[in-house]
Amino acid sequence: MKAVALIILNRLGLGLVTLFVVSVLIFAAVNMLPGDFAQAILGQGATEEAVAAIREDLGLNKNPVARYTDWLGGILKGDFGVSFAQANFSSFAGEDASKGGIGSVAAQLEPRFKNTLFLAAVAAIISVPISLILGIMAALYRNSIFDRFVNVSTLTSISSPEFFVAYVLILFLAVLNPVLPSLSNIFAEMSFTERLIKTLLPALTLTLVVTAHMMRMTRAAIINLLASPYIEMARLKGIKPARVIVFHALPNALAPIINVIALNLAYLVTGVVVVEVVFVYPGIGQLFVDSVKIRDIPVVQACCLIFAAAYILLNLTADIFSILSNPRLRHPK
Amino acid sequence: MKTEQPLVKIRNIFIQGRSDEDWLPIINGIDLDLNRGEVLGLIGESGAGKSTLGLAAMGFARDGCRIASGTVEFDGIDLIAADAATKRSLLGRRIAYVAQSAAASFNPAHKIINQHTEAPIQHGVSGRSESEKDAIELYRRLRLPNPDEIGFRYPHQVSGGQLQRAMTAMAMSCRPDLIIFDEPTTALDVTTQIEVLAAIRDIVQQFDTAAIYITHDLAVVAQMADRIKVLLKGDQVEESDTRSMLDDPKQDYTKSLWAVRSFTREEKPLASEDELPVVRVRNVTASYGTVPVLHDVSFDVHASRTVAVVGESGSGKSTVARCITGLLKPSEGVIEFDGTPLPADYRQRSVEQLKQVQMIYQMADTALNPRKRIREIIGRPVEFYLGLRGKEKTERVAELLDQIELDPDQFMGRLPSELSGGQKQRIGIARALAADPKFIICDEVTSALDQLVAEGILKLLARLQDSLGLAYMFITHDLATVRAIADEVVVMKDGRVVEAGGKTDMFTPPHHDYTNLLLSSVPEMDPDWLTELLDQRGVDNIGDAAIERMEDA
Repeated sequence: MKAVALIILNRLGLGLVTLFVVSVLIFAAVNMLPGDFAQAILGQGATEEAVAAIREDLGLNKNPVARYTDWLGGILKGDFGVSFAQANFSSFAGEDASKGGIGSVAAQLEPRFKNTLFLAAVAAIISVPISLILGIMAALYRNSIFDRFVNVSTLTSISSPEFFVAYVLILFLAVLNPVLPSLSNIFAEMSFTERLIKTLLPALTLTLVVTAHMMRMTRAAIINLLASPYIEMARLKGIKPARVIVFHALPNALAPIINVIALNLAYLVTGVVVVEVVFVYPGIGQLFVDSVKIRDIPVVQACCLIFAAAYILLNLTADIFSILSNPRLRHPK
Repeated sequence: MKTEQPLVKIRNIFIQGRSDEDWLPIINGIDLDLNRGEVLGLIGESGAGKSTLGLAAMGFARDGCRIASGTVEFDGIDLIAADAATKRSLLGRRIAYVAQSAAASFNPAHKIINQHTEAPIQHGVSGRSESEKDAIELYRRLRLPNPDEIGFRYPHQVSGGQLQRAMTAMAMSCRPDLIIFDEPTTALDVTTQIEVLAAIRDIVQQFDTAAIYITHDLAVVAQMADRIKVLLKGDQVEESDTRSMLDDPKQDYTKSLWAVRSFTREEKPLASEDELPVVRVRNVTASYGTVPVLHDVSFDVHASRTVAVVGESGSGKSTVARCITGLLKPSEGVIEFDGTPLPADYRQRSVEQLKQVQMIYQMADTALNPRKRIREIIGRPVEFYLGLRGKEKTERVAELLDQIELDPDQFMGRLPSELSGGQKQRIGIARALAADPKFIICDEVTSALDQLVAEGILKLLARLQDSLGLAYMFITHDLATVRAIADEVVVMKDGRVVEAGGKTDMFTPPHHDYTNLLLSSVPEMDPDWLTELLDQRGVDNIGDAAIERMEDA
């Protein structure tokens, strides 16, 4: 177990290093965006003086290294900075934005991020078991009509653009058979069931988008092992095919499957912009797009960092689980 | 009475294997009868169809194979016509299988005992706790160490020989009427093999189980089988009871198999004291990372002599080769060539130094680049070491092919995939010769080959040594090969040299305890050999147990 603990610590350390490197990249990339907030908000008729004044006010004139260290230092203390766009309103309302009022990035992100996580969780709870079961069944009945059908249909759904899948679902489940609401404008006061029902359509859309990848990896990872001597041994012991797959092949195929699941979960958190827009779902993706449009740099940076952290965290978890799925590491000699 | 019927009755069976679009024959119309409680030995070289026939007796054909025609009856049940569920109800319960590599055939994800109890539980023969108790009892009977506890480990936590016995126990879990043993000891060291053989023979007798024992090793089959069937390329050569088969083989092919082990070479006198050895290994100590593998190893190799380095897996024999070739830097000691020390790292050696030390590998299959033609495979070292190009290079390659008894016109343009196993190994030899070296390391060069082919390779190596004055370091675990080709023998164990000397001395007592154990563990063609040896040494004084005893003493 000591060896496993060491490997896990090692991975955690690497994860932190990656996150740091990503933060540098994000900062550099966002600062290389053409145009800035001052220009964006003042529009075409802006005078040189007004632009300069706003820049001065927001600290955009400081050198980039100093701004980066300020930003990073703030994050380490849990302060993601002040949203440019909200700064004006908050001072108007007599609040100090830097104290975590409505203008702080954190306050803006929090409900949105929670919504995104909720959607991702619903989609994951539906899609992961479905993919696994379909993958296992496809491996069990490989090259049968069932296998072909599952492959073709999941590939079709992953190959269609997300908004198209979304509109098809709206057409069938909201317009022709109005069983689910087509708008997912959830808000904090809603009850859990209400939220769930409103979230169901976007979650189903996402399910259709991510299932193919996970299902095909499950199928491939299992079939890959079917030529192993221990599978032949199980067959020669007279074990039923379903048990051979689930009990003998699956435990040894976990590592690649876990990795693909993590990758898709990360996608559910970070890649849902289009689906959110179609269903008017108040998630982090929409906020991100809006913030880029008006060059609200602190929000953009915070979103990017959250996306990166989600990717790193999920892949790290996948790494750790695939290490744990290896009995040689769990039970050293 | 059912018992008068044979337990297994195979009639005129044809089995085919798929190769691209075609079905090629693997087994051509063989009959097989096996009575209750009888052990039938199936022998033959690789590609003879032994495993395929053994699996067919279970009504099973591997993926890519099919039983084209013929009948297989098990206790009156037609296995070819039976549906999948009927076959499953027999497999594991009444017919069991023991595979060649236990390490690969145990599922790495589950504890040994859970795999053992799976068949009894799934077939409804007994419950978990009952079956676990039985497993422990079987482990005890098979003389596994810590029988109460060993089953609760994962396969990777148990040694190869122990796993092989655990697999035999697993096959016994439902007390089947028939067990197919498919080369169960081929992957094991000799001292381990003998333990497994003794255990298998014992348990098969105790439960009066019928068995088909598949192997390519005649001496092993002589110990195990009541009757022997010899196969060649899917045809039966002959069949008779073990003793008459050994004493009086009828067919030429069988006789040639029997004769293989008779190839020996005169031992050359030991080199004189003041003669400078070609290679001198001096007090070499080495480790992989922090794990020490070699301790103070020293020996000399003289021109025109063969030094056989003998030992079981993990004894450090291949590590010595890595040190000599400069792939592994020894932490202490030096390698001398013609009296001058070689740089420890091959990257610091000159082309002249590199050229003198060449290697031939165990797996010719993987040691030859599959995308290069023979011309290029041999031509590359000719160009690199000797600087020959164009016509001169081609001539040299042709000359080398002549030396290894392959026709240059025919083989120059071939790819490795168009050669047989023995021919590939010959190309490996030619590639080593291409550098025109004085010293060649042969790393288990014959252990992946069939006996007849291996003999051809040994003869070739001997002839080349005589004509070119080559010095060989011959790494092997096979003592029959040592007897055939060596002048001097170095016995290694746990990274140390335990005994060294001329071949004749080494094969005549008194020996070091370990050498003695090693020599006495090599199966002989005499069918009473195992019984006599067990009487002599005692069942608890073979294999690992004997080694432990030695270390305690």
